[in-house]
Amino acid sequence: MKPRAEDKPVYTKLWPDARSALDGIVRDGMLLAVGGFGLCGIPEALILALRDTGVRDLTIASNNAGVDGWGLGLLLETRQVRKMISSYVGENSEFERQYLDGELEVEFCPQGTLAERMRAGGAGIPGFYTRTGVGTLVAERKEHKNFDGVTYILERGIEADLALVKAWKADRLGNLIYRRTARNFNPNAATCGKVTVAEAEIIVEPGELDPDEIHTPGIFVHRLVHNPHPEKRIEKITTREA
Amino acid sequence: MAARAAQELKDGFYVNLGIGIPTLVANHIPKGITVTLQSENGLLGMGPFPLHGQVDPDLINAGKQTVTLVRGASTFSSADSFAMIRGGHIDLAILGAMQVSEHGDLANWMIPGKRVKGMGGAMDLVSGVRRVIVITEHTAGDGTAKLLRACTLPLTGTRVVQRVITNLCVLDVTPAGFEVIELADGVTREHLQRHTDASIRFSDAAIER
Repeated sequence: MKPRAEDKPVYTKLWPDARSALDGIVRDGMLLAVGGFGLCGIPEALILALRDTGVRDLTIASNNAGVDGWGLGLLLETRQVRKMISSYVGENSEFERQYLDGELEVEFCPQGTLAERMRAGGAGIPGFYTRTGVGTLVAERKEHKNFDGVTYILERGIEADLALVKAWKADRLGNLIYRRTARNFNPNAATCGKVTVAEAEIIVEPGELDPDEIHTPGIFVHRLVHNPHPEKRIEKITTREA
Repeated sequence: MAARAAQELKDGFYVNLGIGIPTLVANHIPKGITVTLQSENGLLGMGPFPLHGQVDPDLINAGKQTVTLVRGASTFSSADSFAMIRGGHIDLAILGAMQVSEHGDLANWMIPGKRVKGMGGAMDLVSGVRRVIVITEHTAGDGTAKLLRACTLPLTGTRVVQRVITNLCVLDVTPAGFEVIELADGVTREHLQRHTDASIRFSDAAIER
């Protein structure tokens, strides 16, 4: 007898909420990759849920460190972060205080190098050579190599224990579409997580996303959370007169 | 300075403008040419700030300011954005500076002992973009020279700057050091040399006015 359609278990990566989606996949001392540029395109619900797990000694690869009281800044307030791998951390006074007091370690990484480290890590590429940073503090203690008369330095790919990303639209198989510049590091972070959890504003059924328009194929996403109303705080509202 | 820098733009150019004064260059793009602005957070075809009521939190520039898209704009990941930058696909970057050396070394990201914010995308831009122009006040706020024989601050890149536009002059970085190609109105060669900590040569075009 053919089973009726409603008897078939529906395969889904969708979890009831951000808290449950982090169940069993966080531990002290882990390495995370987190998407976002400034406060644009950050996985708000997942960051809050990560804070609430109480997990500590985290190393977080993320372009920025949030601001006081929002984004990754929340995890700094609770002292859950041991080290940041970032290109720019200027908007956060709690960050500065912990950094100057030696409580927080920072690895400054050029923005393009950071994106490429995530991309490479996700693609099984343990290292790559780049001109970026040659002759600067960034190049110290790194292998230098000459290709065709130009000097490059070796940078390592990042394979994160856990990646947290923010999408605009997703289907329950984890296919993701980002919106505008909220894309930024999210697709790169999504690929480099051994486990990747995404939150999305809109969740649809498989088939409702045009395959040609999917930015992150679902293979990279293990768990999915619906966050229909993210706050989307803006750091600098700039407008012009009509 | 921003208006002078805008004269460096050519039809069809893809350009990245740094945060601060370089951003103002966008207000002076010569009429009749098409210039596409790249913002390294993942945007090609950046438009002006939005009108009140059209602010979109998902649409910002690298300075984290709300912006708009022009027709034909595209958005992409950070890795793709820096593939454009590091792969030599961007024609021109216009950046600010703390110091520039006569060899074209640039320092614009940290002052030891002061709050370090990070280099952002500056190291990628100077090492990957085809042409790098710096716009900066000729001297620092306390009067010390910013154009030097060698930078004293931590570098952003070595031998990366091709041209410097200051409030006093325009100079090129040549194999023989700084060469002044334009003087601002009322600026003498003697005055310029006094405020530059490197020897400078003057091209015939650098006429005192």
